Amino acid sequence: MTEPIIGIRELRKTFRSGDVDVHALRGVDLAVERGEFLAIAGPSGSGKSTLFHILGGLTPPTSGTVLIDGQDLMKLSDSGRTNLRKKTVSFVFQKYNLLPTLTVGDNIEIARDIAHAKGPIDAQFRDVLEILGIHRKLDRKPRQLSGGEQQRVAIARAIVNHPAILLADEPTGNLDTENSSLVLDLMRSLNERIGQTILMITHNPEAAAFAHRIVQMRDGQLHAV
Amino acid sequence: MVYKLVWENLKHRPVRTLLSSLAIGLGVTMMLTLVGVSEGMFRDQEERTRGVGAHIIIRPSGSSAIGITPPNINERLVGWAAEQPHVQQATGVVIYPLGGVSTVHGVDFQELSRMSDGFTFFEGGPFRQTQEAIIDEYYAKEKKLHAGAMVKILNRDWRVAGVFRGGKLARVMLPKPILQDVTATTGKVSVIYVKLDDPSRTAEVIAHFKQTLVDYPIYSMDELASQFSVNSLPELKVFIRVVMTLSVLFGFLVVFLAMYTAILERTREIGILKALGAGQAYVLGILVRETVLMAVIGSFFGIGMSYGTKWLLGTFIPASFPQAIVYEWWPIASGITLFGALLGVLYPAIKAARQDALESLSYD
Ligand SMILES: Nc1ncnc2c1ncn2[C@@H]1O[C@H](COP(=O)(O)OP(=O)(O)O)[C@@H](O)[C@H]1O
Ligand SMILES: [Mg+2]
Repeated sequence: MTEPIIGIRELRKTFRSGDVDVHALRGVDLAVERGEFLAIAGPSGSGKSTLFHILGGLTPPTSGTVLIDGQDLMKLSDSGRTNLRKKTVSFVFQKYNLLPTLTVGDNIEIARDIAHAKGPIDAQFRDVLEILGIHRKLDRKPRQLSGGEQQRVAIARAIVNHPAILLADEPTGNLDTENSSLVLDLMRSLNERIGQTILMITHNPEAAAFAHRIVQMRDGQLHAV
Repeated sequence: MVYKLVWENLKHRPVRTLLSSLAIGLGVTMMLTLVGVSEGMFRDQEERTRGVGAHIIIRPSGSSAIGITPPNINERLVGWAAEQPHVQQATGVVIYPLGGVSTVHGVDFQELSRMSDGFTFFEGGPFRQTQEAIIDEYYAKEKKLHAGAMVKILNRDWRVAGVFRGGKLARVMLPKPILQDVTATTGKVSVIYVKLDDPSRTAEVIAHFKQTLVDYPIYSMDELASQFSVNSLPELKVFIRVVMTLSVLFGFLVVFLAMYTAILERTREIGILKALGAGQAYVLGILVRETVLMAVIGSFFGIGMSYGTKWLLGTFIPASFPQAIVYEWWPIASGITLFGALLGVLYPAIKAARQDALESLSYD
């Protein structure tokens, strides 16, 4: 067995809002293998997004251990966590979160710029653009695209720097059935073709079925399904 | 790549960008106009003084090189000066302030004309009677006067005998004896202009004059011309500094407000960049670049608008405030404004850089 790309033990996260403590994560244990496609299901407010935000270094954990690609998250500084998002972990959100003033191509370019990627886009990524069906729309502005197309751009942007892990938080939450299955198909084919490790949050059992494995978040704890 | 985002951000709010740039430009225009008018007035004064054709200027004892002096040189000194070795010609001039920046000069037209190699008249000619005046083209334009018109000077009516090509001593000239009479300074002059037969002997003749006229400031034309600069007027330097400070303040306020509202409406965009791995420096860099770009656009506007003020002044009050275009001040004025703009973006940019990415991304 190789070392898991994500190793989480006894992870806790407590938010303090006003005088009350909100225990969003209450001891999460999880190991994700390289190349795995994992779905995380569970009711709203159970702590799924919080887990992703911790994995992406957007918010620090309260206690526990999180190892990502060999790095101990607890030991990372603020800039260390920023660097984590440049190269190792990337996000796809329910709301596509494209920069509205930039074209599709520039939305992808800015991610490369932030990660200090040099030179032209590589051939493998050109194939990915074609798989995603957006290679002819690079000059469009996001508002000229359908929701499904925008989400595919967001996926392209998320993987352009070859991150070790792709975190997709309800990526089909805003899409109709047809576009949802298109996006899910694409994620699975990215997983199969380039071995992209994917963690996906979803409410939808049909969507979850696209993954290799499903885990359930309930009250800040993960359970196998 | 980041410049594309910067540019698109500015384009996204064209009116705000335009108005902010214009406001930044106003600071540049303020500085350029003030400096331009100062410089323009000095150049004009220098040109007119050189236009007299003299090599040496004798001013009353106790006076400085520039500024209006009371007529208290005994007129007999003019005759004495004219008889000194190497002096070709000497003429005395009476200067009387009219309030503001304007003065009236009392001259002996025949002497002055000979010294300055003749006047060119656009309209009319030299004065022949005591109640006549001659004016230059700029004064004529500003006051809308023509030959034959009446003009009120020192509470008296004078007929405009002629309008001459500018660049000769003064804008308004009256016959010397009558101005002396009106201002009760008969037998006195304000300045004596001396023309030599050999300009290379200027220093020698000045030294000779100083033996007799011990207390009198005596200048060569070049010495006097070098006095026509901002450095010789400390009050003007202070005024320019005040306007510079105002421009910095102006740039600061405009950019502060523009950028503060910009980051408030861009919290989501900033959150996206941070989620993509942008650090504080990256976010800061975007806003600083936007500001620099706006300041550069503003400087172009400001320089353009300084041509506008030059046109306005030149059209409506050309005699009072001739404005020069002082190229050396383009980078200075732009730099000062940029400094103010960068001060203005500091707080908004730091606020944006420190913004929590999740604030805008997770709540929807
Ligand atoms: N920044 C925050 N401050 C306070 N409470 C938060 C914050 N983010 C999330 N929470 C709380 O943590 C719990 C888990 O939220 P979340 O991870 O978004 O759940 P899910 O994604 O499963 O719907 C919720 O009770 C939510 O209100
Ligand atoms: Mg959520």
